Amino acid sequence: MEFIRDQNWLLSLGTFLPLAGVLFMLFIPKKNELLQKQIALGTALATLGVGIYTLTQFDYGKSAKLQFFASTEWIPVIKSGYTIGLDGISLPMYVLSMIITVLVMIYSWQHIPSPGNPKAFFILMLVLQVGMAGTFVAQDLILFFVFFEIVLLPMYFMIGVWGGENRQYASLKFFLYTMFGSALMLVAFLALFYKTGAQSFSIPYLIEHGGSIAKNTAIWIFAGMFVGFAVKVPMFPFHTWLPDAHTQAPTAGSVLLAAILLKLGTYGFIRIAIPILPQAALKWAPAIGILAVIGIIYGALGCLAQTDMKRLIAFSSVAHMGFVMLGISTLTATGINAALFGMVAHGLITGMLFFVAGSVKERYHTLEIKRLSGMLLQMPKMGWILGFCAMASLGLPGLAGFWGEFPAILATYSPAPGLSVELFRTLMVIAAIGTVLAAGYLLWLFQRTAFGNVSPEFAGNGNGHAHSVGAAANDEHHGTDDIHDVNIFEWLAWTPLLVAIVVFGIYPQLMFKVFDPAVTEMVKVFGK
Amino acid sequence: MIAAVSHLGTVLAAGDFTSPRVDYHALAPEIVLAAGICAVLLIDLFVGEGRRWITSTVAGFVLLGAVIPVFTLGVIGSDIRSMFDGRYVVDQFSLVLKALFLLVGYVVVLLSTNEIEEGGYYQGEYYVLLLSSVLGMVMMSSARDLVSIFVALEFLSIPAYMLAAWRKRDAKSNEAGVKYYLLGVFASAIMLYGMSLLYGITGTTKLTELGAKITATGHFRGAEALAVVFVLVGFAFKVSAVPFHTWAPDTYEGAPTPITAFLSVASKAAGFVALVTLIYVAFPQAKDVYQPFVWVISVASMTVGNLLALRQTNIVRMLAYSGISQAGFILMPLAVAGTGDSAESSLRAVVVYLIIYAAMNLGAFAVVIAVSRKTRSGEITSFGGLFSYAPGLGVLMTIFMASLAGIPPLGGWFAKFGAFKAVLEAGNGWGYSIAIIGAVNAVIATAYYITVMREIWMKPVPDGDITPIRTPGAVQAALVITAAATIVFGVLPGLVSRYGNLTDLTGAFGR
Repeated sequence: MEFIRDQNWLLSLGTFLPLAGVLFMLFIPKKNELLQKQIALGTALATLGVGIYTLTQFDYGKSAKLQFFASTEWIPVIKSGYTIGLDGISLPMYVLSMIITVLVMIYSWQHIPSPGNPKAFFILMLVLQVGMAGTFVAQDLILFFVFFEIVLLPMYFMIGVWGGENRQYASLKFFLYTMFGSALMLVAFLALFYKTGAQSFSIPYLIEHGGSIAKNTAIWIFAGMFVGFAVKVPMFPFHTWLPDAHTQAPTAGSVLLAAILLKLGTYGFIRIAIPILPQAALKWAPAIGILAVIGIIYGALGCLAQTDMKRLIAFSSVAHMGFVMLGISTLTATGINAALFGMVAHGLITGMLFFVAGSVKERYHTLEIKRLSGMLLQMPKMGWILGFCAMASLGLPGLAGFWGEFPAILATYSPAPGLSVELFRTLMVIAAIGTVLAAGYLLWLFQRTAFGNVSPEFAGNGNGHAHSVGAAANDEHHGTDDIHDVNIFEWLAWTPLLVAIVVFGIYPQLMFKVFDPAVTEMVKVFGK
Repeated sequence: MIAAVSHLGTVLAAGDFTSPRVDYHALAPEIVLAAGICAVLLIDLFVGEGRRWITSTVAGFVLLGAVIPVFTLGVIGSDIRSMFDGRYVVDQFSLVLKALFLLVGYVVVLLSTNEIEEGGYYQGEYYVLLLSSVLGMVMMSSARDLVSIFVALEFLSIPAYMLAAWRKRDAKSNEAGVKYYLLGVFASAIMLYGMSLLYGITGTTKLTELGAKITATGHFRGAEALAVVFVLVGFAFKVSAVPFHTWAPDTYEGAPTPITAFLSVASKAAGFVALVTLIYVAFPQAKDVYQPFVWVISVASMTVGNLLALRQTNIVRMLAYSGISQAGFILMPLAVAGTGDSAESSLRAVVVYLIIYAAMNLGAFAVVIAVSRKTRSGEITSFGGLFSYAPGLGVLMTIFMASLAGIPPLGGWFAKFGAFKAVLEAGNGWGYSIAIIGAVNAVIATAYYITVMREIWMKPVPDGDITPIRTPGAVQAALVITAAATIVFGVLPGLVSRYGNLTDLTGAFGR
């Protein structure tokens, strides 16, 4: 495999720059909140700057090759190196992680959830950013594992400290599930290492030599990685941590979780499991496809049964990640392209939905769907943004969500040679029904919350001047004070996402052309 | 040095006395320590009650001074310095561990300074005994003879028995000392019985000769198997492996906390050093005996230690059981130490684990000491809301707990990784099975480490008392040292993983 080694310092800079900000913040007293936030946001912006510079320096003609490639010794005894590189598959996610971190910080500027302490909150976000970016550039299994795990603790604390009422249970569940998955993943990595002659943990090396592993062994090793990544995605039946974690997490945590963290799992499949063990992937593909479709239907039915807006969005994540996994399971260029597009689109759209949910919660102090109504009357802009995101999420053509779902379904029509066409066409039909259900639950959500009259409970005039008579007696009523339309920080945080949803919806080729060469290279082994 | 005497005896019996060659450079760490012990004793005699703190400072300098020759020896060359007919050997393996023992001793001195001074305990004697115990450990890492191993063991243990009972007006501390002493003596007796059997069978106490002679007949005799197991049991006690662990929680809880830290790190490491030396140098032929034995106590330690740790409400007892479980992980690679390829990675895994474990566990105890200065409580709930009023200590404890749980990028992950890698490399049923049991236990273990993190970050402050914690400078220094080591070893494991090459230890085998 060839690598492009120009500017090989660039990825290290982009990955570890946030730590510089963390270091500064550690030495600034907690009371100086404004300075803390400024440093954090400044660091995140600088990191994003590096990311954008990376975008401009990336050679799109050679996006199948690893660029900015760097490799030095790290732990010589176990033959693991500090090997990093970026290709068309990882570039969009790498940059997206930086964008989302900046936007989440802008959003959090005035929205630090109880118990406050912006210093710790922003430091955790910066550490999280290191883990996310690192995972997308790591080209060595041990390095990948370390970055994959760095994400764990900041998110645990974010949910557990700043989360909702049931935060401790949710954070522990999140932590233990992921730990369990990573333990199996690590064992699988070790097995890969020994079965390829104990030479190297480097991913490009293993892709070349993975074929030498006996087929039955390979199937078992794939199983180990499958569980590790599937927990993170999360795929049915490993998804049960997700609704709890999402519902309890603070808005910033939910957005990061939905936009980036879930993608670490699907990215693992595309980057590691499938290229290294293609034969085992072929054996596992039907199982992955079936679980993915169960996830689509189960997630959709779950959504229809929810009474809490945030929990509904969480379940919709299960369904959407099902489409991503369905695309991957076809092992075709179309399918995997769709999956990668779906990852980004889901990041933008569901990230947006969680932002809106967070803002709604802040205004109404509840997310119970039946208590919310008439949002369009009370906060027209917020209401229409919710409507827009719901449309995007259900896969309306012309918006980004469509290009994740539709090609995935299309690819299922003719999966890679060696996979049962009958099975996949059945899956296709069921998945198509899933899109109908998606339209159902999203429109129903929109209709119940945004249409109709403002519920009497929140019927203050929206600017907080007029209190109804019983207001003082009723705790819930103080909420009307907070009901106002989208504020400036929200606009700053949301506009880039809303624009991106439209741009990628109208001109999806912008992103497909980045993935495609790398994906085509990858699926060559499947003959398609 | 006792080895010298026994050597002298044989020489005298032969009739022609020649003074044994003594390599003073190689013995310099021991000599510095011995001189330091005398110095502290004398200083204690001549300074007034109000200035006894000087003994603490001197003890710290003695330990750091003893590191200097270790360092020069390491830099000068990798050749093995063998003395007294190969019974006392200074090689890279022993140098690494000597440095470890000395630095752990130094951190324990830092932790003790305020604790002992403010507690009104006998300061001079305390540091004399602490230095003596460290001297025993330093000797242990060079001992290559059954007699010198035994002497080193007693040298390090007897001061520890006394130190455990140092809070002499406290019934719990007395219980700690007595329990530790009685069970320790019992284990020593069993071990001595095993050693005498070994001597009876092979006619030698030198480890390399033992290694050649044991099972020289080609098949195992019952007495040989018994002897090997008896000797191993003695050290299984020292490393608090199940079922020889019963002393640990009570002793840890009762002893002064700096001594608990010392016992749980240094004393345990010394036991492992002896186990490793015996297994690699004396018993390589006896792998059919020691491998299943180690397998069983390793699995029992990690499982029982974990399950009991889950139920603890006292932080020190929790750390005691977690230490038992960690001992199981350190033992894990030794269960395949005789199996072909994995011999090398097993040795490395043990040495690396000992170094990293020392850093993170001492760190955890340092936080416990700092926090209990304010809360005067050993309950895990006393850590409630620590992050809100002492964020520094809260973050440090989080780092140590996460490292003990094995979460990257903190040191603990590499220690555990090395152990798993070694057993998987063996590629047999014993290796795979213990790897699976170990993996399950690693996940269980996170549950109780995370309990502490949850208290620190997510629970309310008990009694709402948020007066800030004043951490003395010495404890701060200890925290900085251990935290830096924990993080650096995790991010750059290459720094530590170079130690523990098989040739370092068994290089002496050929002599």
